[in-house]
Amino acid sequence: MAVGSRAVAWLAGAARRIGSVPWRNISAEAVDRTLLVVKAACFAHVINSYVVSLALVRGPSMLPTMNLTGDIIAVDRVTARWGTVAVGDVVLLRSPENPRKTVTKRVLGLEGDAVTYIVDPHKGDASKTLVVPKGYVWVQGDNIYDSRDSRQFGPVPYGLIQGRAFYRVWPPEGFGFIGQKVTSL
Amino acid sequence: MGTGNSLWLLTKKTLTGALIGVTISDRYVTASPVRGSSMHPTFTGSSTSFPGSLKGDVILVERFCLQKYKFSHGDVIIFRTPTNQKQLFVKRLIALPGDWIQVPESSEILQIPEGHCWVEGDNPASSLDSRSFGPIPLGLVQGRVTHVIWPPQRIGQVERKMPTGRISPY
Repeated sequence: MAVGSRAVAWLAGAARRIGSVPWRNISAEAVDRTLLVVKAACFAHVINSYVVSLALVRGPSMLPTMNLTGDIIAVDRVTARWGTVAVGDVVLLRSPENPRKTVTKRVLGLEGDAVTYIVDPHKGDASKTLVVPKGYVWVQGDNIYDSRDSRQFGPVPYGLIQGRAFYRVWPPEGFGFIGQKVTSL
Repeated sequence: MGTGNSLWLLTKKTLTGALIGVTISDRYVTASPVRGSSMHPTFTGSSTSFPGSLKGDVILVERFCLQKYKFSHGDVIIFRTPTNQKQLFVKRLIALPGDWIQVPESSEILQIPEGHCWVEGDNPASSLDSRSFGPIPLGLVQGRVTHVIWPPQRIGQVERKMPTGRISPY
């Protein structure tokens, strides 16, 4: 019977110890900390979607402006929302062929502009001209020999533009503003 | 400076609430009033003039579908119009990429290109939709409508409905 009474005493002691833990304080602190994390995440989302965000761009279609193996660029989200994208801007847009892909191209024509482009630079100099309809933009990669852009899928609706690339953050050798002028290949 | 302090506290709380509200509205779920009659009888929109704008249906829009861009035939979606990026339309998704669709009121049959979709309003008499501006890129879609949440007598789920005999997946 000594074992039984010792077990009961131990249980009573454990219950007292659990009772003396300040649960209310701990839960209040946990809620506080969680709320802080939630607030920070919401702040990050708002900055990312409405002010400025970073993006990794890869691929040959914007050579020599962007590297083949990947640059990290700062994307300004305000210009696209306010409708002040200009000809010569490098923009990030959702691909009209695959909404899950974001592509980087340069805007060469806004609505109402007449755009002249070389249909297929591999096959000679034949060019076409067309007028960009209202609400659309004409985008082209700087490397016209290896870029899928408006020459293949036509002018894209302005609503697909996600932001304007304005500064290269990585690699450090390329640090600097992304220019308006197209450096021809 | 008691009132100054409580004013600052109120500002902070409002700002926090606004941040959280904007994040939830952008990423998870949002509510929006309906204007116009292009989706009658599914939604009863209000007229565009005040105080008409208070009498329209309010719909619940979910944003989870934008993670994978997976939609089904007959979903009601909201999207930015191709002709004006500041305007949002609500229409029904009739055809997905690769489907062949028969354009109404013409004997034309066309295939929806990759990454695009065909949208139409439930009330074809007064609906500006793909019959005018053609298939739209899926990248313009901003959410999927799941419920009507106002007025109380019209609260309910929005059903998936397809007009018969219009599309073929082959």
